[in-house]
Amino acid sequence: MNPMQKLLQLPVGAVNMVKSVQSQVQGQANEEAKSPVLTPDGGQQTWYSAVQPDELRHLRADRESGEEKGFLEEGVGTVQSQPLRHDDLKEMLDSNKDSLKLEAMKRIVAMIARGKNASELFPAVVKNVACKNIEVKKLVYVYLVRYAEEQQDLALLSISTFQRGLKDPNQLIRASALRVLSSIRVTIIVPIMMLAIKEAASDMSPYVRKTAAHAIPKLYSLDPDQKDQLIEVIEKLLADKTTLVAGSVVMAFEEVCPERIDLIHKNYRKLCNLLIDVEEWGQVVIINMLTRYARTQFLNPNINESLLEEGCEKAFYGSDDEDESKEESADAEVSTVAKRKPYVMDPDHRLLLRNTKPLLQSRNAAVVMAVAQLYFHLAPKAEVGVIAKALVRLMRSHSEVQYVVLQNVATMTIKRRGMFEPYLKSFYIRSTDPTQIKVLKLEVLTNLANETNISTILREFQTYIKSMDKDFVAATIQAIGRCATNIGEVRDTCLNGLVQLLSNRDELVVAESVVVIKKLLQMQPEQHSEIIKHMAKLTDNIQVPMARASILWLIGEYCEHVPKIAPDVLRKMAKTFTNEEDIVKLQIINLAAKLYLTNSKQTKLLTQYVLNLAKYDQNYDIRDRARFIRQLIVPMDKGGALSKYAKKLFLALKPAPVLESPFKDRDHFQLGSLSHLLNAKAGAYQELPDWPEVAPDPSVRNVEVPEWTKCSSRDKRKDKKVEKPFYSDSEGESGPTESADSGSDSQSDSESRSGSSEGSGSGSESEDSEEDEASDSEGLEEAPKGRKIVKSKMKTSASDSAASDESGGEERNVRPKPKHGKRSESEEEEEEESESESSESESESEQESESETDVKRKKKVSTASAPSKQTKKTNVEKKETVEKKEMSLLDLDDFLSTPVESTTPQVTPVNSVLSNSLVTDLEGLSLTDSMMSAVNITSSNSVKMYELLHRIKGEGLAVEYCFSRQPFSLDMHMIAVQIHFTNNTSSEVKNLHVEEPKLQSGMRMKEFQEIDVLPPSATVTAVMGIDFCDSTQAANFQLCTHTRKFFVSIQPPVGELMMPVFMTENEFKKEQGKLMGMNEISEKLVLGEMCRNDLAIVQRVTSAANIGRVPCGSDKECRFAGKTVTSGSLVLVTVLTKEGGATQLTVNCEKMVIGTMLVKDILQALSQ
Amino acid sequence: MIHSLFLVNSSGDIFLEKHWKSVVSRSVCDYFFEAQERATEPENVPPVIPTPHHYLINVLRHKIFFVAVIQTEVPPLFVIEFLHRVVDTFQDYFGVCTEAAIKDNVVVVYELLEEMLDNGFPLATESNILKELIKPPTILRTVVNTITGSTNVGEQLPTGQLSVVPWRRTGVKYTNNEAYFDVVEEIDAIIDKSGSTITAEIQGVIDACVKLTGMPDLTLSFMNPRLLDDVSFHPCVRFKRWEAERILSFIPPDGNFRLLSYHVSSQNLVAIPVYVKHNITFREGSSQGRFELTLGPKQTMGKAVESVLVTSQLPRGVLNVNLNPSQGTYTFDPVTKLLSWDVGKINPQKLPSLKGSMSLQTGASKPDENPTFNIQFKIQQLAISGLKVNRLDMYGEKYKPFKGIKYMTKAGKFQVRT
Repeated sequence: MNPMQKLLQLPVGAVNMVKSVQSQVQGQANEEAKSPVLTPDGGQQTWYSAVQPDELRHLRADRESGEEKGFLEEGVGTVQSQPLRHDDLKEMLDSNKDSLKLEAMKRIVAMIARGKNASELFPAVVKNVACKNIEVKKLVYVYLVRYAEEQQDLALLSISTFQRGLKDPNQLIRASALRVLSSIRVTIIVPIMMLAIKEAASDMSPYVRKTAAHAIPKLYSLDPDQKDQLIEVIEKLLADKTTLVAGSVVMAFEEVCPERIDLIHKNYRKLCNLLIDVEEWGQVVIINMLTRYARTQFLNPNINESLLEEGCEKAFYGSDDEDESKEESADAEVSTVAKRKPYVMDPDHRLLLRNTKPLLQSRNAAVVMAVAQLYFHLAPKAEVGVIAKALVRLMRSHSEVQYVVLQNVATMTIKRRGMFEPYLKSFYIRSTDPTQIKVLKLEVLTNLANETNISTILREFQTYIKSMDKDFVAATIQAIGRCATNIGEVRDTCLNGLVQLLSNRDELVVAESVVVIKKLLQMQPEQHSEIIKHMAKLTDNIQVPMARASILWLIGEYCEHVPKIAPDVLRKMAKTFTNEEDIVKLQIINLAAKLYLTNSKQTKLLTQYVLNLAKYDQNYDIRDRARFIRQLIVPMDKGGALSKYAKKLFLALKPAPVLESPFKDRDHFQLGSLSHLLNAKAGAYQELPDWPEVAPDPSVRNVEVPEWTKCSSRDKRKDKKVEKPFYSDSEGESGPTESADSGSDSQSDSESRSGSSEGSGSGSESEDSEEDEASDSEGLEEAPKGRKIVKSKMKTSASDSAASDESGGEERNVRPKPKHGKRSESEEEEEEESESESSESESESEQESESETDVKRKKKVSTASAPSKQTKKTNVEKKETVEKKEMSLLDLDDFLSTPVESTTPQVTPVNSVLSNSLVTDLEGLSLTDSMMSAVNITSSNSVKMYELLHRIKGEGLAVEYCFSRQPFSLDMHMIAVQIHFTNNTSSEVKNLHVEEPKLQSGMRMKEFQEIDVLPPSATVTAVMGIDFCDSTQAANFQLCTHTRKFFVSIQPPVGELMMPVFMTENEFKKEQGKLMGMNEISEKLVLGEMCRNDLAIVQRVTSAANIGRVPCGSDKECRFAGKTVTSGSLVLVTVLTKEGGATQLTVNCEKMVIGTMLVKDILQALSQ
Repeated sequence: MIHSLFLVNSSGDIFLEKHWKSVVSRSVCDYFFEAQERATEPENVPPVIPTPHHYLINVLRHKIFFVAVIQTEVPPLFVIEFLHRVVDTFQDYFGVCTEAAIKDNVVVVYELLEEMLDNGFPLATESNILKELIKPPTILRTVVNTITGSTNVGEQLPTGQLSVVPWRRTGVKYTNNEAYFDVVEEIDAIIDKSGSTITAEIQGVIDACVKLTGMPDLTLSFMNPRLLDDVSFHPCVRFKRWEAERILSFIPPDGNFRLLSYHVSSQNLVAIPVYVKHNITFREGSSQGRFELTLGPKQTMGKAVESVLVTSQLPRGVLNVNLNPSQGTYTFDPVTKLLSWDVGKINPQKLPSLKGSMSLQTGASKPDENPTFNIQFKIQQLAISGLKVNRLDMYGEKYKPFKGIKYMTKAGKFQVRT
């Protein structure tokens, strides 16, 4: 008893009480009539004196007569229950039958649930805490947790039971004992709770440890002084390796010590790796915490988007997600970047991004949102796009979920509009949506509006305006106003639309329109005096004060545009002045003042009349205003110093209002948080920290025994050699220290480097030799020679294999350049088709102060004569247009060194005389070998060339391709692709061949024969066959020379996936009959003057698609037939012309996707 | 996190309260009632209501508001999602989640809430685990309990929470081992006046009812997994396998659960199974309006369109309607102006139509808006996207289970604008 006494620090009497209850509980069976509190011994007296009076009442009530109890209860107003019923509850609780006890407890719990006060039953209930019946016990727990706080001293009676439970061999009993013990909020047992938690934190069972983690915040809220001790427990539990504990302990961390970010370091990688297996609620908490953590520990990946070196660590972690890279988009802000340090993503940062991404697939909306906000706040711009799809999916969920998601999407669309643009239609509004959802969707649609989609959006808005939900209509009108201000092209259209709304029957609609028109007119008032006149007329009808005020303001502001009407309006207003609302009155005074200044002859008296009326107005604002204005405008004998400036004051040019989204600037709150939703800081909100300028030491996250998988590869790498000495430096250490001393670097550095070595795993022999050179020739670096630039762009997906080898030998002679630069260089060719998709990354060697422009050009020039001064501080990695411009600049250089070089590959002359099909036939006869065909055949004039590899990226090798439309002789299911290689360098390119095709399933490829030698400024053509499986998926492969590999891809337009078939008109009609319904797609269009004749139509259609004409009787109709190359599905096209160029285009195709795409393409071709 | 929970019925009574931390007075709900008053429709009550000391986050399900009280920053979706999970659990336990059901089972509800949250933080939300902790009430058990005084609290404590498969209870035994999968697809579409599709997409779910002995490990593969554009899984599905092979591999929970929800890739055209011809005119000055509506099947892949129900909110100016349905029955509520026509099955030979006149308020001007039609329908044995389950295999157990797959297409949010 003694230790217990100390622990509880209870008065002696209380301990006696505890004791008596214990004995009571144990020997309860035959003593049920005798309640422990009734024992009339001395100890009890001390006890009584210790408790509060109202508790005293309950204690005594037990033995007082029923009447007295009733009296007592009347004294306490809140007690609603009848005393009688409580008596039988007590009896039941005191009985020795479990079923009676259970029944009583159920009734008590029902009382609690209804919010009735059952506190006076406490003594009777607490006795049953040790009851054997598990359900009774549970219900007693429920009761205890609810009332213990109010009856602290009595609650102590139950403690010993829980203490016994904590020692139970069954883990679940231990856990539940701890759970209840920590839930009864009685300050006096804090030490006991502390002990129990500490003990449970090192329990064998993870479940008990989880409960301990849950108990931590409970204790903390009870007694914040325990913080330090609790942090120790948290630290211990954070190191726990089971998923069961992770979520709960992070939750405890967030509640107790969110500022102790240092506790996370050692557990960071473990948490990332466990994340996917943690239960969903824990995931949310962990992800939110890690978002904050990452903001303090890593560098902003968007600091210069073009410098992403992702390939290295991706390879290191053995990443398998390729699609990630597809999402990446190029976005260049490069020129500013050149001076900065290259950004390299910390491998831990990448680890977090990669391990959270699968959770976008969670069924739990909160988890999806948590990942989405993590990506939004942490991912490189290019990768954020992946979250859009998942968020759009959440829009299918309950309306509350929609509400929250839309709020967040609204914020995101302001920052990253492009991300949600493809999902525009998912935000269309249905009449059944609740108004709050409609308004939010409207917000998103408005944010998404741009020049290209504005017409669709406005058409949608037109439907909304007819809605019955007037609040929503008002919001729509405002949205139109915002679109009009943001997008200049549609301003007039919007304005006209809004003016039409002025004649709407609903006054709210009109009023809202007036307000919005006012804002729009302010932008360009000169052109719209008609509208102002129209609005002036509305003053007779519109009653909504805000709208009236707006009209008056407009007339006043632009009174010189409506010189005749304005005074008249003022006259009318003066008549009704006394009946107007306050804001209208203010505007009448305003109007009067402005008119007085511009047209005092007509309005002098009116103005004075209005001012006199205002002088006696009830509203002091109006009186003040009137006085103020009179002083200003009416010339007085004395004073009036301001009156000469009155014109300036009143008729100053006012800047047009900026109609902004209410969601602007909300993104400083962490998305998905309550604070973001409310746009106000909620209690205990943890600010999302800004990115650090310099990344803190990443080695703090290193763990003694790395438990992750790749450590072996790292070791291997070290054994192999310190291969890439340069690499580590690109992370942020400055100075030309890329020596071979990486071994002494911090561990994580070596990790990233090892990642890089993995990345170049396919590196060839030459690399190693270069390596040696690199370290040898360090001294040479500073020599003012034509220096090799280390600037590159890389596509992440490409990284691991493409990272490997290096460019031509000439470079090697110039200077062995840093490894990573070379690696990434090899991948530039993707640009033209994935301009927006490929993430660009760039790096340059630290010590090279000057950066250079173009790799290939430079190479050429430098070997000849160029000194390093020629280098420009510009970057190739720009948007295409920019690049083009630069190209022309560079061409000048070209002319200096290599006089004749055409940029476009030669297309062999064209025999346009032959019709397409004839060529095909001839080809079929003559060709036996693909190589031959390549040389002999030329395409018809409609053949379009596509760029496969730009000469800059190809380091002088330019490759283009076209679809020659000849059958591929080796395999009839393949499409022949004619490829033109042009060598723009001054040296030979050898061994041109294809490697490692990466094809979608089902796709096949027949490579062209290796081209042994391509002499300088020569052009060679080759033909390869690709079976695209009737899809427009790109075929990706590597184009290899003897020195380099380039990632390229060929994507066919849909029209090239087919070949002509011959059929008669009857056959055509028969086949068409079979392909009705879903398989038929038709579109209407109006043909331009240019192509109203047969010939033009045929030419345009056949240029868009490889199909043949079907003979036809009518001259109003052109028919074409073809079949897809792989599956042979028929494709039938009909162009039916009518009077005045109206035309109907019909496509029948079994494959609906192909049909739709084809319609689009042909439409485009015809309407050009 | 979550401090307290109040359940409020449609007439504004708080009929249940539960506190996980200190007691929060129920007067905090006054702020909620205020917001409720401001919102004209119950669904327009903002899900998050700030009050001086607390934040109220509420969801509306089955005409009951579940109002959670929180005090500090917490992701709102976390709370909303949890509240929905609570409702789902109630529904799972009692069949329905109504005020009466909750009141009848108040003790079970309380026990559930106690288990689901600890100190406001979710603890056990998997239905398999909860069912081991607290047996769902059945008629038989209620009778037995009252006679013998035994309990609906599990005698044995659950092991699932401690195992590697936290969603499945152990020791499952069935005499008939069976696994049923329902592929249900919903078409969400907006059709404009002229009948052309403004937006249409297919959302699908696969609901499973798996009653298999032991610890079966299932794999489900599709003929055409590429159709699935965006998916979300039950936690039991192994994500890696899906990524690599497009195969669903999982150890199922016992009983009913939603295995997968998916979105069909937007490249695919959506077949619209019904079309609507409508002619609704109001004449200026006249107190009569004409109403004509015809439904017909379109792109149904040869299957019958069943359980068709058309609802529409008519303009306020419409006093009454006098219509003639060629089949089915219609109702019109003159107060809410809600027209609903229960069509039944569409017979392609004799298209169902609803024709007649509307009487309008005399003197009132003609309504400038036309009603929108919401259409519901069902098509059995068809997944409109063409998704097909290839095969279902079971590993880890020896017996041969009975397997069944059912397809169904339904209208989701299917609207026709006029």
